[in-house]
Amino acid sequence: MTQSVVVQVGQCGNQIGCCFWDLALREHAAVNQKGIYDEAISSFFRNVDTRVVGDGGSISKGKICSLKARAVLIDMEEGVVNEILQGPLRDVFDTKQLITDISGSGNNWAVGHRVFGSLYQDQILEKLRKSAEHCDCLQCFFIIHSMGGGTGSGLGTFLLKMLEDEFPEVYRFVTSIYPSGEDDVITSPYNSILAMKELNEHADCVLPIDNQSLFDIISKIDLMVNSGKLGTTVKPKSLVTSSSGALKTRHKKPFDAMNNIVANLLLNLTSSARFEGSLNMDLNEISMNLVPFPQLHYLVSSLTPLYTLTDVNIPPRRLDQMFSDAFSKDHQLLRADPKHSLYLACALMVRGNVQISDVRRNIERLKPSLQFVSWNQEGWKTSLCSIPPVGHSHSLLALANNTCVKPTFMELKERFMRLYKKKAHLHHYLQVEGMEESCFTEAVSSLSALIQEYNQLDATKNMPVQDLPRLSIAIILSSENISPGSLQFL
Amino acid sequence: MRMVVFRGNTPSLWLSMSVVTVQLGQCGNQIGFEVFDALLSDSHSSQGLCCKRENEAYQASCKERFFSEEENGVPIARAVLVDMEPKVINQTLSKAAQSGRWKYGQHACFCQKQGSGNNWAYGYSVHGPRHEESIMDLIRKEVEKCDSFSGFFIIMSMAGGTGSGIGAFVTQNLQDQYSNSLKMNQIIWPYGTGEVIVQNYNSILTLSHLYRSSDALLVHENDAVHKICAKLMNIKQISFSDINQVLAHQLGSVFQPTYSAESSFHYRRNPLGDLMEHLVPHPEFKMLSIRNVPHMSENSLAYSTFTWAGLLKHLRQMLISNAKMEEGIDWHVRPPLSGLPSLGKMSLNKDLHFNTSIANLVILRGKDVQSADVEGFKDPALYTSWLEPVNAFNVWKTQRAFSKYEKSAVLVSNSQFLVKPLDMIVGKAWNMFASKAYIHQYTKFGIEEEDFLDSFTSLEQVVASYCNL
Repeated sequence: MTQSVVVQVGQCGNQIGCCFWDLALREHAAVNQKGIYDEAISSFFRNVDTRVVGDGGSISKGKICSLKARAVLIDMEEGVVNEILQGPLRDVFDTKQLITDISGSGNNWAVGHRVFGSLYQDQILEKLRKSAEHCDCLQCFFIIHSMGGGTGSGLGTFLLKMLEDEFPEVYRFVTSIYPSGEDDVITSPYNSILAMKELNEHADCVLPIDNQSLFDIISKIDLMVNSGKLGTTVKPKSLVTSSSGALKTRHKKPFDAMNNIVANLLLNLTSSARFEGSLNMDLNEISMNLVPFPQLHYLVSSLTPLYTLTDVNIPPRRLDQMFSDAFSKDHQLLRADPKHSLYLACALMVRGNVQISDVRRNIERLKPSLQFVSWNQEGWKTSLCSIPPVGHSHSLLALANNTCVKPTFMELKERFMRLYKKKAHLHHYLQVEGMEESCFTEAVSSLSALIQEYNQLDATKNMPVQDLPRLSIAIILSSENISPGSLQFL
Repeated sequence: MRMVVFRGNTPSLWLSMSVVTVQLGQCGNQIGFEVFDALLSDSHSSQGLCCKRENEAYQASCKERFFSEEENGVPIARAVLVDMEPKVINQTLSKAAQSGRWKYGQHACFCQKQGSGNNWAYGYSVHGPRHEESIMDLIRKEVEKCDSFSGFFIIMSMAGGTGSGIGAFVTQNLQDQYSNSLKMNQIIWPYGTGEVIVQNYNSILTLSHLYRSSDALLVHENDAVHKICAKLMNIKQISFSDINQVLAHQLGSVFQPTYSAESSFHYRRNPLGDLMEHLVPHPEFKMLSIRNVPHMSENSLAYSTFTWAGLLKHLRQMLISNAKMEEGIDWHVRPPLSGLPSLGKMSLNKDLHFNTSIANLVILRGKDVQSADVEGFKDPALYTSWLEPVNAFNVWKTQRAFSKYEKSAVLVSNSQFLVKPLDMIVGKAWNMFASKAYIHQYTKFGIEEEDFLDSFTSLEQVVASYCNL
C-alpha cells in the first residue's frame, strides 16, 4: 500500500486541511475498531511513540500509539496554523512539520511565489524530504490551497515545481479554491492567472472548486434539513458538511461547513486506494484514465448524497437518485454544468453497499443525456469500495474531465483583463524582484491556449460520430492453403 | 508418475497431470479463488450421483490436477498469486484460509506496494522486468512440486494494468523458459460500457502479445456473464462475486475429470493438453469460449428436470446462432445445407447469423450420460471445410454429476463467437488511437505508437482470419 503527503498552504489551505485531518481520523476510527495500526491508516498517518525523542519514534505495526498526520503546513501568517496547534488537533501535527512567517503575502502572488519561495525554499525542501522518508512507498502529494490570495496561490504553486524536480515519480494532485466573482480580494484575478500557469505546467491533476458552489450546496442542505419537507429525519452525522461527532470538539468557524465538503472530497478520492472493494481504484489510475492529454488535467467533482435519511434500507430508486444527482449542476463543486458540455472522461467512485449492476444500470440510464467526445464514447472509469463514509451507507464521487470548466477559466481571464488593461495594482507585483510584465502576458497566453483546447473540443460536440477507416489486411491465410495433413497439434 | 490399480473390474486410476495456475491482478486473483473453491467443493460434493469408488477417483484426479497436499491434509492450491498492490491478495489468502477446506501456499504470492495504474505499459515494461526473477522463481517452485506437469493456466483481465501487462510479460517468459509446456490464458473481457477508460488500449496490447506467446486464449466476457446472472440466475443486485462464481462454475465444468470416449477405465490425464489437442489445430486460431447448460439459481433447480436431448438441442443452437446463454436463443438460424456452397463469407457489416466452428468439444456430466446423443454436433455444415468433423468434434463424458446439476453440458468452442466482440474492441481502440488520446501515458513507459500499430495489425489479421472461415 502506498502513502500520501498533504501539503496545505496558506490560510484557506490550512483551514481545509484541518477539516480533512479531523474527518480522516473520524473515518479511520470508525473502521479500525481494534486500534491496530494497519496499512489503510498508514496511507495518511504515521504511528509514533511519543516518548522517543527525535526521529526514531516511528512504529510500523502493532497497536496505535500516537497518530501523526503525514502533512506539511505552510503559511506566511501565523494565525491559522497557531490556532490549529492550540486546538484539539494539536497532537496530530508536530512543530517539525510547519513553516510559518509573520508578515503574510499581502494577497500578492509575486510575494508568495518569489519572495517567500526563495526565502523558504530550503526549509520547505527539507520538510518535504523528511515526510517522504517516513513513507514506505510515497505515491502522491496532495496540495491544498486557494488561487486568489498570495501565499496559497504563490507559494503553493512555487512548491509544485519543486515537487516535480525533487520527486518526479510522485503524483501531484492539487485542490484549488478558485475565487468567486464576488471575491473581496481585488487582485485575485492576477493571483489566479499567475497560479494557473504553474498548475498547467506542473500539476498532474487539478480539482478546481469555487466558494460560491460550496456555499450554494450548504444553503441547499440547510433548506432541506430545516424545511421539514422530508418525511423522515436526516441523520446528524451524515451531512457532508458536518463535523459533529468528530473525535475532538472544535469551535465552529465560519467556513467549516464548506471546508468539510472539500475534506470529504479528498477522503472519497482516496477511499478505494485505502480500503478494500470489489473493483479497486488507486490514485495512479485517476491520472491514467482521466487525463487524455497532459494539459487537460482539470477535473470537476461532485459528491452525493449530501445527506442520508434515516431509512436504513435503501430502495434502488434512492440509490439511482444518487447517480442522477452526481450529474446535476447543483451538486458540482465548481460552477459548471457538465450535462450540457462535452465529456472527455468520467470516473464514478462508489462507496458502500453498491454493486456493479447498480453502477451499470445507472450508466445505461444516464448515458443518453450526456455527451461524450467522439473518441471516448464509453469513457467511464468505475470503482467500488466496500467501506462507506461515516454516517452514510453509500456515497458517490464523480470526477469529470469536461469542457464545462471552460466558462470558469474564461471568466477569470475576463476579470484579469479588466484589471490588467488599466494596469491596476500592477506595481505591487512588478516591484518584486524578478517580476516583469512578461510574466503576466505569458500567464494569460498559457490560459488562452488552454481555453482554445477546450474550444476545439466543444466544436466537435454535435458532430456525428464516425468510425474511422480501419487498417486493411491482406489475408495471408486462406482456406485453400489448409489441408487436413498440414494441421497438427503444436 | 504414480499409478494406483484396483482389483476387479473397478476403474484403474491413473492420476492426472497437474496444472499450475498463475493469478494476476485484482481480477485474476478474485476469480482464481472462486475457481479453486468451486473445484474443491464439487469434488467433495455428496451429490455426485455415482458410486463411492467413482467419487474417490474423481476427487483424487481433481486434487492431483489443482492441489498439492500438506501434512495435515489441507489441500494447497497449485497457484502463484501476483499483484502489484497488497489489498486483493491479502483478501484472497484469508478467504481461502477461512474456508477451512483448502488454502493457498504460504509463500506462493508476489506482491508490491503500488499498482500498475491501469497502465499496460507500466505492467509490461516496468513491473514485469523489475520483478521477473521473483515471479518466475515462484512459478518454478510450484512446477517442481508437480509429479507430472500439464501446463500453465493464467488468469488475467485485459482491461487493467497488472493482469494485462504483467500477464502478457509473464506469458512470454513462460514461452521462453518452458517452451515444451502448454499455456492457456483465461482472459476476462471487460464490460463494453467501461470499467476502465483505457481498457481498449490495454486489451489490444494484451491480445496481440498473447496471440504470439500463448497456446490458447479462453475468453469470458463480463457482459455475457452478467446477463447469465441477471436472466438465468435471477440475481437482483449483481456483484463481482456473483460474476466470478458463474465464471468459476463454467471453468470447473471444463476442468473437472472426464473420461474419453475411447476408454472408460481411467480419467483423461492431461487437462490442458487434451483441450489444446482438440480445440487448437492451427496457431492462427486460438480463441476459445465456453457455453454451458443448464445454469440457474438453486431455487429454480429444485423444480427443474432435464433431458440430454433437450440440453444438447439448446447447446447446439447456442453454438449455431452465436447465443451467449440459454435464454433468447434465435431458433431461426440454421447451418447452410450440406452439399450446397456456403452462403458467402461472413461479413461483419451484416448481422452474424451463422456461427462457423473450427473445432468443438462437448463435455457431459451426470446421470445416464451414456445415452446422450451428440450426433447433431457432428454435422459437417457446422464446421469449416478444412477439418473432417471426426477431427473437429469431440465429446468427453462422466456420469459423475457436477456441482448441483444432475445433468450438465458444457461446450468449449473454437469458432466465430468472439469475432464481433474482438472487432468492436479493435474499432474503439482505433478511434481513440486516431485522436492520440492517452498515448502519452504509454509512451512514458516505452510503448510507442509503432507498438500500437503492430497490435492493430495483428488483431485485424485475427479478425479477418476468423471472418473468412
